[in-house]
Amino acid sequence: MTSADPIRYPDKPETVYFFGTCLVDNFYAQAGLAAVELIEREGVRVIFPQGQTCCGQPPFNSGYRDEARRVARAQMALFPRPFPVVVPSGSCGAMFRVHYAELFGGPDTAVSEQAQAREFAARVFEWSEFMHHVLRVRWEDRGPPVRVSYHPSCHLQRELGVRRAPLALLEQLSGVTLCPVEDAEECCGFGGTFAVKQEPISAAMVDDKARKIVAGGAEVLVACDAGCLMNIGGALARQGPAPRVLPLAQFIKERVHEA
Amino acid sequence: MKPDAGRFKVDAARATLNATLRQNLNHTLGLIRARRDAAFEALTAPEELQEIGQAIKQESLARLPELLERLEDRLTARGIQVHWAETADEANAIVLEIARRRGVQLVVKGKTMVSEETELNRFLQRHGIEVLEADLGEYIVQLAQQPPSHIVAPAIHMNRREIADLFHEKLGEPYTVDIEAMTAMARRVLREKFKTAGMGVTGVNFAIAETGTLCLVENEGNGRMCTTAPPVHVAMMGLEKVVANLSDLPTLNRLLTRSATGQAISTYFNWISSPRRRGEKDGPEEVHVVILDNGRSSVYSDGELRDTLACLRCGACLNICPVYARIGGHAYRAVYMGPIGKILTPQLAGLETAGHLTGASTLCGACAEVCPVKIPIPDLLLRLRQEGSQPTAAGRALFGPGAGSQRKPAEAMLWKGWQVLHDRPAYYRAATALARAAAALLPRRAASLSPWGRRRELPVPARASLHALLRNRPGA
Repeated sequence: MTSADPIRYPDKPETVYFFGTCLVDNFYAQAGLAAVELIEREGVRVIFPQGQTCCGQPPFNSGYRDEARRVARAQMALFPRPFPVVVPSGSCGAMFRVHYAELFGGPDTAVSEQAQAREFAARVFEWSEFMHHVLRVRWEDRGPPVRVSYHPSCHLQRELGVRRAPLALLEQLSGVTLCPVEDAEECCGFGGTFAVKQEPISAAMVDDKARKIVAGGAEVLVACDAGCLMNIGGALARQGPAPRVLPLAQFIKERVHEA
Repeated sequence: MKPDAGRFKVDAARATLNATLRQNLNHTLGLIRARRDAAFEALTAPEELQEIGQAIKQESLARLPELLERLEDRLTARGIQVHWAETADEANAIVLEIARRRGVQLVVKGKTMVSEETELNRFLQRHGIEVLEADLGEYIVQLAQQPPSHIVAPAIHMNRREIADLFHEKLGEPYTVDIEAMTAMARRVLREKFKTAGMGVTGVNFAIAETGTLCLVENEGNGRMCTTAPPVHVAMMGLEKVVANLSDLPTLNRLLTRSATGQAISTYFNWISSPRRRGEKDGPEEVHVVILDNGRSSVYSDGELRDTLACLRCGACLNICPVYARIGGHAYRAVYMGPIGKILTPQLAGLETAGHLTGASTLCGACAEVCPVKIPIPDLLLRLRQEGSQPTAAGRALFGPGAGSQRKPAEAMLWKGWQVLHDRPAYYRAATALARAAAALLPRRAASLSPWGRRRELPVPARASLHALLRNRPGA
């Protein structure tokens, strides 16, 4: 399920597309804006097509591929030019990069559409991956000292193979001390509809995750996926005094912006 | 024991609240995971080894019909009797027939998941034949009258004190929590039985077509006893266990023992290549192998799902699975539990019976990462979810048993509605704006009545959407 070939990163482009994702759009809009502004800060133009909605992963993961395909088709049409497509989510990024080929690979899709899906998939990058590998950003930390834990989201690390980039970005921030979390790579229990359909199992998973994060002693928890943050943040809030939870881009924006 | 959607929900929820179970699982799974990781880290090129293992199994599966024929020829030439069983019932009947012919009253058995699949114990006992589990873990669960809860460590759900209680109660031995003393108790019972058993039944880890050899990997020596002490040895294997050449074995076995227990090699490795020959002083007089289909050829017929049959039964996917760690093996009510069980069981038992198991996953992918032969378990879960939820009347070629059985009209309608909203941007923007406004008005306490909110706060909707924040930009 991981993309078989090592990713070839392009040179720094003049223009990129931004796909905000439905969760960022509705719950973490400020983080989406921060991600866009941090790209623009590097002198890159960002195009945000207003017609975008969702990558189609929810029905795809539930087995409803026809419904997913209809929506996926509409999304691909919004990104016709050969610019990179930057996505502030490992999970939606993996849907594009890893699963669109499958979604448009069956007997129901025209050969031209299969080729289109592959071409599109090849220029999709998760935000932290894009900032680190393509823009090779250099940031100056302007914030006070802070203890931070990073949650590596499942699809980001295992489907996109992005393990190093978010940490490399955090390590540039001189005031940040990283706090390790026990079993950090274990899933938080979100899993999209799993969180609701299998609530007892999901809740047991996220309770453990929240406890281990608190034990790590961080003041802030960051991640590259809104779904995980909603889940972990929701459980942390129920458990008592807890670290602040926010998307990586928003955290970085707060640290590096000129006051 | 049959998977059941309603019972899975109840059993899984109950298991998550069972503190002892959770602690037992955490403790042992943590140990096995650490050993497995250390064993792989000690390899020069662990991922390459996984890729070679994957290639060997795929090659074996690609040539399966031919290899099975060759295996039968070679085994027969070596004096091992080959039996083909299409169903579990057929396999059991074959074993019973052999037992009756030989007047067997006691069977010792170990290291065979296939016999769990056919429920051989219950079948033989119903026909008046006693069956004793010879593997320590299997012996423990047999005493407790439970099924195995793990494919490698059958009693992983129990701790030392629970086993001590069980031995004290069932064996009438003095109470002790000393592991060596408990092992000695089991050994005393089992040794006596090995002397009198008329038949030993085991599984097969690898069957080598080239040489006609059955391989059995184990640590306790009970497998060695089962295959040598009784006058008759019956090996039971799924038809996917065949590999082409002896030279395939080192790679597969290196992967198997490291993945299962973190060992570089197991304590025992049994090569079964014939019954006792003339002039030999020991070994069984008869060796039989029962090769079971039980739905495997239907799995085989699908090019994508075929990967399921590459499984070595090492249990690494169970050990890393965050869901298995929270609910244990019994909640699945299936012989094969955990990630591999979630793809194998619905294919063997039919989606109508076990399709719900495909939903018990976050698709986190940890299983695929540790799988020694790189079975893409999440991809196959997605495929089975699709098979389960497709409209049965769609007129396309349907996947075998139970296609469409997981489709619920309400859910189908929900996704259709979802699609209508999401492929029309104006609808999407209106609907999400409305939902955010409604959520902001919702009293926080009401949220805790939803499945999400029972043990989590609801996320706070953004005041303005990202669409709104970026509306007046170039290219918008």
